[in-house]
Amino acid sequence: MKNKGYHYAIILLLMAYLLLPLAATLLFALAKEWQATILPSGWTLEWFAVLLQDARFLESLGRSLLVCTLSVLLSLAVMVPTIYIVTVYMPKLEKLLYALVLLPYALPGVVMAVGLIRIYSGGPVPIAGTLWILVGAYFVIILPYMYQGIRNALRTVNARELTDAAELLGATRVQAFRQVVLPNILPGITVSVLLSFSILFGEFVLANLLVGGRYETVQIYLYKRLSESGHLSSAVAIAYFGFVLILSGLLLRLGKWVFRTPDIR
Amino acid sequence: MIRTRRIAWPLLAAVLPFIFLAASFEIVPLMTMLLSSFQEEAGSAFTLDHYLTSLSNPFYTKAIRNSMLIALYSSVIGLAAGMLAAYSITRLPESVRDRILMISNMTSNFAGVPLAFAFIILLGNNGLFTLVFNDLGLPVLDQFELYSWTGLVLVYVYFQIPLAILLMYPTYYGIKQQWREASGLLGAGTVQFWRYIGLPLLLPGMLGTFSILFANAMGAYATAYALVGGNYNLLAIRIGSLTAGDVYVRPELGSALAVLLAAAMLLAMWINERMMLKVRRDLAE
Repeated sequence: MKNKGYHYAIILLLMAYLLLPLAATLLFALAKEWQATILPSGWTLEWFAVLLQDARFLESLGRSLLVCTLSVLLSLAVMVPTIYIVTVYMPKLEKLLYALVLLPYALPGVVMAVGLIRIYSGGPVPIAGTLWILVGAYFVIILPYMYQGIRNALRTVNARELTDAAELLGATRVQAFRQVVLPNILPGITVSVLLSFSILFGEFVLANLLVGGRYETVQIYLYKRLSESGHLSSAVAIAYFGFVLILSGLLLRLGKWVFRTPDIR
Repeated sequence: MIRTRRIAWPLLAAVLPFIFLAASFEIVPLMTMLLSSFQEEAGSAFTLDHYLTSLSNPFYTKAIRNSMLIALYSSVIGLAAGMLAAYSITRLPESVRDRILMISNMTSNFAGVPLAFAFIILLGNNGLFTLVFNDLGLPVLDQFELYSWTGLVLVYVYFQIPLAILLMYPTYYGIKQQWREASGLLGAGTVQFWRYIGLPLLLPGMLGTFSILFANAMGAYATAYALVGGNYNLLAIRIGSLTAGDVYVRPELGSALAVLLAAAMLLAMWINERMMLKVRRDLAE
């Protein structure tokens, strides 16, 4: 390959472009003061310390963690049995289920929000502005990812045959699911759980439109801080990105481990 | 048959929570949106007014046009840059390749509010680059305004590139090295190879990727909202402020705009699906 240098140059440019905004945010988070000079005049970890003492930040972090965990747990509790039952016992409904879970993938958050606000800001179930509307909406937007992961896991372990075998050996339906299929698919599901979690953690559109300041999540907090203190918001952005990084690192590891090529066969 | 009938009820009961949740938070809201887009503001009579307003009122046609232009520009630039980068990535040794792809995927998490803020640090009025160029006596950025539509395109391109790489990268593996050698033996140069063999092979993948990028930009809300707030006239922002705004709420009109946006997104997804089918067929041959 004589043109190697050219390709490396392109990649270098790409990396510079992709990493520059991140680097700038990191610099800003570590800068003591950075007003009219090209580089900061001093370095400090003060902003991170301020952040950790900011009750408002810690509360918003707690809210984010709560709403993401609730949504993912709800999705797990509902979607694992649903997809399992449809795959094994009602294959005719698979197409319908697929259409239902794929729809949120095609529609942007702002479209999803319109109807939700219409229904839930008044009427018999006025939950707009509370944690619950967000959990419901989040349940819907992670459907495509949860479905994909659960479906693949079921396919990998041959859930249909596994169920048949268990029932043949005298297990009831519930036993076949809980004691045979579930333990086998759990590792495969971990990847979609983490992915869903990191998507929800960075979600802004629905949070802003459905609850806004009434239930301040980390993203909302970040948005509100943007105009007040640049350094503080950079610190939030970096902390957030670090968190996502750890999650995706875990994801990658797990992905390799779950989808590793089997030794036998 | 008897067996299935006997078990159907407990199984259906187990699926009930899903039906309930999907109905309450997906189907009914979408139906409500569709219905209210056809409803008069005072009362519930059927009307097409909101669609007429959406497509004729200069304020809203401007929003649609702005969104489409930004989507078009950011997708074309993102696709071109992404293709160039994806091709270079395929030419690298495997260890480097994986690492680059990982970084590219990782940065796709850096979107929305934090991304907008990072660009303010770099290119805002007191941004790093603005100051550097001023210091060098090169006021090239004086013309540039981050909070305008060129600024938006630049920021959108940032999240389009990793997506373009992710989607285009596999299609390059459809182009076999042997074909290149064969065309070379028959006297074709690099330009001719790409013009007559490479690009036609990549074309369906490009169209599919373009439609995804376009849809992605049309539906983007967080980045624009954080950068320009409600000031800039974009379709997604208009929908948001018409339905959840503080001052001027017209949910029926917002619904009509949202239905139009949803239709555009579904169309883009459908095009992508068709094109990807073709890519897979070509790859399988």
